[in-house]
Amino acid sequence: MSMEAILQPWPWYVTGPLIALVMFLLIWFGREFGMSANLRTMCAMSGAGKKAKFFDYNWKEQKWNLVVVLGAIIGGFIAVFYLSKPIDIDLAADTVAALQSFGWDNIGDSLVPGEIYSADAVMSFKGIAVLVLGGFFVGFGARYAGGCTSGHAISGLSNLQLPSLVAVIGFFIGGLIMTHFILPLIFG
Amino acid sequence: MKYLKYLLVGIFFGIVMVKSEAVSWYRIYEMFRFDSFHMYGIIGSAVVTGVILVALIKKTGMHSSEGKIIQFNPKAKTWPRYIIGGTLFGLGWALAGACPGPMFVLLGTGVFSILLVIGGAVLGTYAYGLLRDKLPH
Repeated sequence: MSMEAILQPWPWYVTGPLIALVMFLLIWFGREFGMSANLRTMCAMSGAGKKAKFFDYNWKEQKWNLVVVLGAIIGGFIAVFYLSKPIDIDLAADTVAALQSFGWDNIGDSLVPGEIYSADAVMSFKGIAVLVLGGFFVGFGARYAGGCTSGHAISGLSNLQLPSLVAVIGFFIGGLIMTHFILPLIFG
Repeated sequence: MKYLKYLLVGIFFGIVMVKSEAVSWYRIYEMFRFDSFHMYGIIGSAVVTGVILVALIKKTGMHSSEGKIIQFNPKAKTWPRYIIGGTLFGLGWALAGACPGPMFVLLGTGVFSILLVIGGAVLGTYAYGLLRDKLPH
């Protein structure tokens, strides 16, 4: 693989199997691939165990997963600052057109839209509410469902778990409602 | 340093998530509009590879790097939590455009406003812990 190919976005048929490799390595280390468990650990290490039994466990046994999180942060830094050209996401024309109808611009020129994530956007009540509520639903839903994309969609489906398939169907019900009915109300 | 291997796996994961563009809000939006095969290709090829790897682990009776038998814990077969919890998760995923792995990867890419999403996710997890006994599972 040439350096030029590394600097380009990597195709799905390369990155998908590499994500499965991450799961395999963690299983081989005697662990499991589940990123949302770290959110529970963060509650537990902040003393939430005094308020709810759900957080009253020996979170130190989960330190390995927090180290994976630390690595993921470092990996994000390395990928953007050393292994990428300026971001230019090759989005579908229909996707770009739909976002233009919101009045958005520079679509796909960064990993996340400035209309949601820029300092300007975050300086408003609406901007803060979008991000905090988005995170809240992700955190609440992941723990309620017993896992997120890594725990259910990748690990659970790889182990042919029917409950994980039901959870992934739920991910899509929620995602489709948000994308097709609620996002146009917020940004349209 | 017994945690080094986890740090390296995390770094690898972070790089793959950025290079796949799966950390992008735009890609999640595109996926839920069914406008592109990209995200389905990533998740689909990850699952196909994963199914093969998990089957091989079971068939060969592979041991962990610490010499223990690798066990898979089957998920409990009660349905409300998966469909209700999953739907709530999906609402947040499509709004913030980030799930629990990518939200940390994005922090490393310099998107500091993602801290609001991470803070919200920790709060949501805490709220679930408080309400857990009152929710149908």
